[in-house]
Amino acid sequence: MFDIFLDDAPALVVVLPLLISAIIAFMPSKIWPWIISIFTLLLHLFLSLHLLKEISVSGLIIYEFGNWEPPWGISFKIDGVNIGLQLLFSIFVLVSTFYSRKIFLNEIDYRDSGKAYSLWLLAVGSLNGIILTNDIFNLFVFLEISALASISLIALGAGQNRKALLAAFNYLIIGAIGATFYVIGVGFAYAMTGTLNMNDLVIQLAQYSDGQLAIFAGMSFMLIGLMVKAAIFPVHIWLPPAYSYAPSAVSTLLAALATKTILYFFVRLLYEVFIIYPSYLSLFLDFVLYPLSLLAIFIGTVIAIYQDDIKKLLAFSSIAQIGYITLAFSLKDHSGVASGFVHIFNHALIKGGLFMAVGYFAILYKDRVTLNSLKGFGYKYPITSFALLICGLSLIGLPLTNGFISKLYLFQALYTNQMYFSIALVAVSSALAVVYFWKIVEQMWFSEVKFKSEKEDAYIYLPIWIVTISIIVFGIYSTPIIEFSNLSADYLISGYQN
Amino acid sequence: MSNSFLIILGIITPLFAALFSYVCRYNNNLRDSFGIIGGLITFVISLKIFHGIQNNEVYQITFFTLFDGVDFAFKVSALGSIFSLVASSLWILASIYTIGYMRGAGEKNQTRFVIFYSIAIHAALAIAWSGNLLVLFIFYEILTFSTFPLVGHKQNAESQSAGRLYLSILVGTSLIFFLPAIFWIWLKTGTLDFQDGGILMNKFPAEYLSFLIAMLVFGIGKAAIMPIHRWLPAAMVAPTPVSALLHAVAVVKAGVFSFLVVVVYIVGPDFLIQTKSSDWLVWLACFTIMASSIIAITKDDLKARLAYSTISQLSYIILGAALASSLALKGASFHIITHALGKITLFFCAGAIYVTAHIKKVSDLKGMGYKLPLIFFAYTLGALSIIGVPPFIGSWSKFYLIMGSIEREFIFVAIILGISSLLNIYYLLQPVVIGFTQNSKKEIKLIRAPLTVWPPLITGLGCLVFFFYANYFLNNISGVIVN
Repeated sequence: MFDIFLDDAPALVVVLPLLISAIIAFMPSKIWPWIISIFTLLLHLFLSLHLLKEISVSGLIIYEFGNWEPPWGISFKIDGVNIGLQLLFSIFVLVSTFYSRKIFLNEIDYRDSGKAYSLWLLAVGSLNGIILTNDIFNLFVFLEISALASISLIALGAGQNRKALLAAFNYLIIGAIGATFYVIGVGFAYAMTGTLNMNDLVIQLAQYSDGQLAIFAGMSFMLIGLMVKAAIFPVHIWLPPAYSYAPSAVSTLLAALATKTILYFFVRLLYEVFIIYPSYLSLFLDFVLYPLSLLAIFIGTVIAIYQDDIKKLLAFSSIAQIGYITLAFSLKDHSGVASGFVHIFNHALIKGGLFMAVGYFAILYKDRVTLNSLKGFGYKYPITSFALLICGLSLIGLPLTNGFISKLYLFQALYTNQMYFSIALVAVSSALAVVYFWKIVEQMWFSEVKFKSEKEDAYIYLPIWIVTISIIVFGIYSTPIIEFSNLSADYLISGYQN
Repeated sequence: MSNSFLIILGIITPLFAALFSYVCRYNNNLRDSFGIIGGLITFVISLKIFHGIQNNEVYQITFFTLFDGVDFAFKVSALGSIFSLVASSLWILASIYTIGYMRGAGEKNQTRFVIFYSIAIHAALAIAWSGNLLVLFIFYEILTFSTFPLVGHKQNAESQSAGRLYLSILVGTSLIFFLPAIFWIWLKTGTLDFQDGGILMNKFPAEYLSFLIAMLVFGIGKAAIMPIHRWLPAAMVAPTPVSALLHAVAVVKAGVFSFLVVVVYIVGPDFLIQTKSSDWLVWLACFTIMASSIIAITKDDLKARLAYSTISQLSYIILGAALASSLALKGASFHIITHALGKITLFFCAGAIYVTAHIKKVSDLKGMGYKLPLIFFAYTLGALSIIGVPPFIGSWSKFYLIMGSIEREFIFVAIILGISSLLNIYYLLQPVVIGFTQNSKKEIKLIRAPLTVWPPLITGLGCLVFFFYANYFLNNISGVIVN
């Protein structure tokens, strides 16, 4: 009887969280929303695994909603590009939901629990929609749902710090501008081609083989809109406050997955659709994305060094790390795109783990975590601190962690493209990453303050350690991530070469 | 027993020693005996491998692939067999000494100490036998982290800040210089495996080679070349067994060993000589030798003096590697053994003096020579060996280094080595002179700790005896240098 459901698995991974979110929204209970969310996401993971199985057989699934054939109906597409991301998404969301319960209990009013998990599932469902959709307008819808859900979630942090409201408002305004840019671009594209389906768009755009000003304008609008949403330098300004004032569980979800899914769609749009105008594409990649990525890497890292607030520090480090990803994507070849995907996977785990650990510290410290407040935490909370240490070393790129694998493939991709300046810059900023991470380590282990170790909550450190161990496992046995990334790059770049 | 099994056994034995020490933590004698047992086992294995290498046997094992062209693998090189032999043999003596010292000095947390001590040896052996540069790097870091609790053992403000300096310099330099250098090598060659004659020839642009050498020599902070030497004197706050085995043998030797390995098996001596990329390093090494010798003279604290002496002696090895001629490399490799034997003797003696008489300063040693004759005897043997007086083993390595510098026509370097020997005489023998010539009126209560006296006597006599068996080691070393 499950077969009926399994046939609709592509739709269910998105619809299920959205539906459940409506159900739990007004539950007064403290724990049921969480339990229901966990079960929903277990089911979600099961469906994702089913999709993986299907993909390994057929290689491509086009799911048509209501059996309306594209280009008229909305369709989801699952192929080698997004299946890896889908799986990572499913697993990480489950882990972070498990982690979120105790954090939410501490950071928000327990009566809001139902609302929080409702928004949480809303964000999960819509972010997953971004991964799967094959329709540029449908993407806009998911972008908006995810933005509104995340904004509300960020605003929940107001109980802790009123600045969360300002951060949420910032995100609302800037995010709305980004979305508007994107939808204007969609409008141009629709006006010119009469289609919204991505596959069909490629076919229809071919009639303007020389390109037209309206097309280019539309494309530029779409890309800029997505850049805002993906927090690519210099339109990243909404991100640091949003990540740092949100409740810690929310920061974890957003930092690990929100920008990653949008980056994924960004690269998909570039290499699947805009590829038919190679001159436009290389103009954008070489003269916009590439320099901006370098700036993001350098400036993000330098600003992170001067941060006192740890969550802000991590957020600025995220800006730099997004820069690494876009730098890889701007390389226009297989190795570049593959290394970009490798870093999407690895950085999701690393930053997720870091935000989880820091979030726990925030609860223990009962205030914002600054460099100063971390004094002696290495002795006070050894289990979580050690996880933080490993995640941080991975961020720097120490061998045996997955961060090393990321750096390695990025360097290799840059090297094959003979971009020596970028190699030097990436090397320098990696060295600078040592500086800001070392400041944390110094406070935690080498300050004068001495503490006896205290009991830590297994419900919180268990998910942190799951992430941490996966960081080490994927550092030693990197094949799955490399394979998925190569698969993604194969699909995208084959379009480029045709 | 198969060759690959031997490697695994050798590497995990110290870990088991650590584990058993923890399991038997309530029985002090049992706990401390595992260091000796582990030392004996690893020593036998190292010796077997040492002989195997002489007979051209291959010792290697590959576990899994880390990424393209780089495996998690161990492969014993001729150079590695020497280093492991030194580390494991001295571990036995150091374990015996540790028992005497730690109990004599009444140190706390002895279980933790013994455990991390064993883990450090594990890392040192893994470095010695690593099959490629990345595996070496991984265990290099493990060595740093495992020795950190030993440096900060006393847990007072001084050892805290020393530990902090120790960790931030060693980890910082390795991440900022060493790791990118490894990346660079991998990008250019696609491999990191150690091969005779190096892997860079024809693959690495010669004009950037001196840059790479700089990244390596500064990245391998354990080699303690100036200006990256501050961590070593700071680390002397650790209990003396740490200074003796780790900061005269395992850790610092792991540093110079890593650099030597890079020169011999990655860059290739021929390539280095052709491009003259390391000539600048010769001068820097000479500067370090002279400067640290002069600083050593000014130090009144015996351990600090020995630490600066170590810095100076490590630069001998860097110097040999930088000269890269076959005689110089021979001298540098041999210096790993000779300096280890000599310096561990000196540290053992310094610790023994501290435990028996609670004296740390050279100026307080007045008249102690008559009260502690055996210790002073051993000290003198070790000092003479480091100075390079025949018939002590240290004279061989110095001889080869001087020959090597003449071979490369760096006459000035040979002169520097001579002057350095004179300075050695001054600052190493001064304590002996003070001990036997001046009399102190102060009454000093002596607490005898025989277990701290025998190890330095053995190593001190070793300095003398092995002078006549130098060929035994040099056979293996000749295998290192492929011309």
